[in-house]
Amino acid sequence: MRVLAAMSGGVDSAVAAARAVDAGHDVTGVHLALSANPQAYRTGARGCCTLEDSRDARRAADVLGIPFYVWDMAEEFREDVVADFLAEYAAGRTPNPCLRCNEKIKFAAVLDRARALGFDAVVTGHHARLADGVLRRSVDQAKDQSYVLAVLRPDQLAGAVFPLGDSTKAQVRAEAARRGLAVADKPDSHDICFIADGDTRGFLHRELGSAPGDIVDADTGEVLGSHDGAYAYTVGQRRGLNLTRPAPDGAPRYVLSITPVQNTVTVGRREALAVDTVTAERPVWTVPPPASPFDCQVQLRAHGEVYDARVTHDAAGLTATLRAPASGVAPGQAIVVYRRDPAGDVVLGSATIAAAA
Amino acid sequence: MAYLDHAATTPVLPAALDAYVRAAGRFGNASSLHASGRAARRVVEESREQIAERLGARPSEVVFTSGGTESDNLAVKGITWSRRAADPARDVLLVGAAEHHAVLDAAHFLADHQGVTVVPVPVDAAGRVTPDALAAVLAAHRDRAALVSTMWANNEVGTVTPIAELAAVAAEAGVPLHTDAVQALGAVPVDFGASGAAAMTVTGHKIGGPVGVGALLLRTDVACTPVLHGGGQERDVRSGTLDVAGVAALATAVDDAVSRQQDEARRLAALRDDLVARVRAAVPDAVLNGDPVDRLPGNAHFSFPGCEGDALLMLLDAAGVECSTGSACSAGVAQPSHVLLAMGADGDRARSSLRFSLGHTSTAADVTALLDALPAAVDRARRATAVSRRR
Repeated sequence: MRVLAAMSGGVDSAVAAARAVDAGHDVTGVHLALSANPQAYRTGARGCCTLEDSRDARRAADVLGIPFYVWDMAEEFREDVVADFLAEYAAGRTPNPCLRCNEKIKFAAVLDRARALGFDAVVTGHHARLADGVLRRSVDQAKDQSYVLAVLRPDQLAGAVFPLGDSTKAQVRAEAARRGLAVADKPDSHDICFIADGDTRGFLHRELGSAPGDIVDADTGEVLGSHDGAYAYTVGQRRGLNLTRPAPDGAPRYVLSITPVQNTVTVGRREALAVDTVTAERPVWTVPPPASPFDCQVQLRAHGEVYDARVTHDAAGLTATLRAPASGVAPGQAIVVYRRDPAGDVVLGSATIAAAA
Repeated sequence: MAYLDHAATTPVLPAALDAYVRAAGRFGNASSLHASGRAARRVVEESREQIAERLGARPSEVVFTSGGTESDNLAVKGITWSRRAADPARDVLLVGAAEHHAVLDAAHFLADHQGVTVVPVPVDAAGRVTPDALAAVLAAHRDRAALVSTMWANNEVGTVTPIAELAAVAAEAGVPLHTDAVQALGAVPVDFGASGAAAMTVTGHKIGGPVGVGALLLRTDVACTPVLHGGGQERDVRSGTLDVAGVAALATAVDDAVSRQQDEARRLAALRDDLVARVRAAVPDAVLNGDPVDRLPGNAHFSFPGCEGDALLMLLDAAGVECSTGSACSAGVAQPSHVLLAMGADGDRARSSLRFSLGHTSTAADVTALLDALPAAVDRARRATAVSRRR
């Protein structure tokens, strides 16, 4: 196959490209420039999108002896990922931009362009297994990234290659060192690549402006404090509420919900966070789903806990009834549906969480 | 493989390589007073004399540097500093709008950090500064102009500038003119003395010499403050131990470029005209950028409507054809060419451009290889653009 290896400058994508070369593919390396101003995003070894990352990616490509180019995806990234991120927060939801980037950039804008230019697939360093159109968790449970790939449609998965799913991160690093790739000990990236200082709240505040409102007690309706923008809060959050009045029972308060129209943040007892019914919209099935209803496992946030559940679904959405209650389920996050499998849990699909009760 | 990127760099001539190796095998610092030093200095001074003779200059006007970027920086900064030191009112720098970044960025450094005002001299639709345009800008800044810098031939679109006429316009206003002749040397007749320029940049690796050596031809009556300070080896204008081997190879390359200029220009122009005709036949809506006639003999620069230059470059590279888009930023992102934008092209035309440049090793087989690969590459690149526009 003629494949395009998306190279971030990190160790995973470098080893993924190397394995694609070993597999006999005709590999071309591409670094995606996601910021119009490369200096604007995270600097140093903490993230992606910097000049240094572009050089690291190029150096890895040179070591592998493959052609290397930089593709400017800044405009697409700003529109489809950053603007969506802000709109979701403004609407009181908690988006996952990595998931959106996979859905709209890596396996859409990049894959479409690659296909038009004569490539068969895009290779990435995601930790997940993909064979015969079936997406499974990585053998490295701690590094598994199947959650952020569960938004991909079958036609997108048909153009994806994930060479790292059968390896642990430690194995990937060891292999990078063996291959003489200088990024072997480069630290993992964390957080959100387009928020340079890691301060999501500050970023939202800068971009969305100030919008003061009330923090309200769920039980009594009393105003317990004020906030400077409801978008800065996430369901399940406990810290940083700055309540002026303690709860009568002295117990800590958690964010239960955000109501953007009234611009209120509702807080309450921890127990009130517990939910066992999650409804979600815009389902995407990576494989044809089992007939509704069916028993499965669901995951409600990246690296989050896994719950046994029964899922009913139709074209518009799905409802998951959890066997044990979950807490801190935030609208805007993805619910990913897995089928337990001894050969690696299989991703069936995903949907965007609309509500939980 | 078809190498169509000679304007980026061209293979070292066997004679230049030979001169380099011979000189590099001997040792001696050209500034030393003993016999080894004298031997090294003899190589340097003979090279200087040869270069001066070939370029219509006096030996004392040849200042060796590390190449085009250094020569441009030295001229733009050094002459501006000296002119301003002599007359603080002279704080305006006139630079062609389509100059190389070595000139543009040096000028903008002075603007950003030292209070110099940079006034771009507009170029015509072919990318050339005309005498009228220069005269108009000079008239507005006559008493404040420190220096004019306009290139002899444009590195992207290949248009040749009437440099002697421009120098005359500048001289009439009492303003020195620097010209970057990096692309012109070897391609068109270049005579420093006859041009009337105060300073002229040349470099080795565009004419079959090694990378890392060049010269600034600088009239002795033009004051130029050093950029590099130290031993003052070159007329106290440029410091640094002289690269004897590089200088020897540069002299060989300059000698070759000038002595064979006419024949080589005729040969390359014929090859280039064939390339242009065949590209137009294969891609009828391709637009030839730059002056159709008054251009470097080895330069063919096109915009391919509906394509992105970087996609085309990648596809041609995969097919073994090496060419160039305009420039990329330090992160490697393709930028719309400032040259085309200065010529009045819109962003699409600027982004869809590709430069094919021929040189001393080019043959008809290179042109054929390009034409074998180009139609399919254009088709694919157009499909990729259509995909991204649909989104």
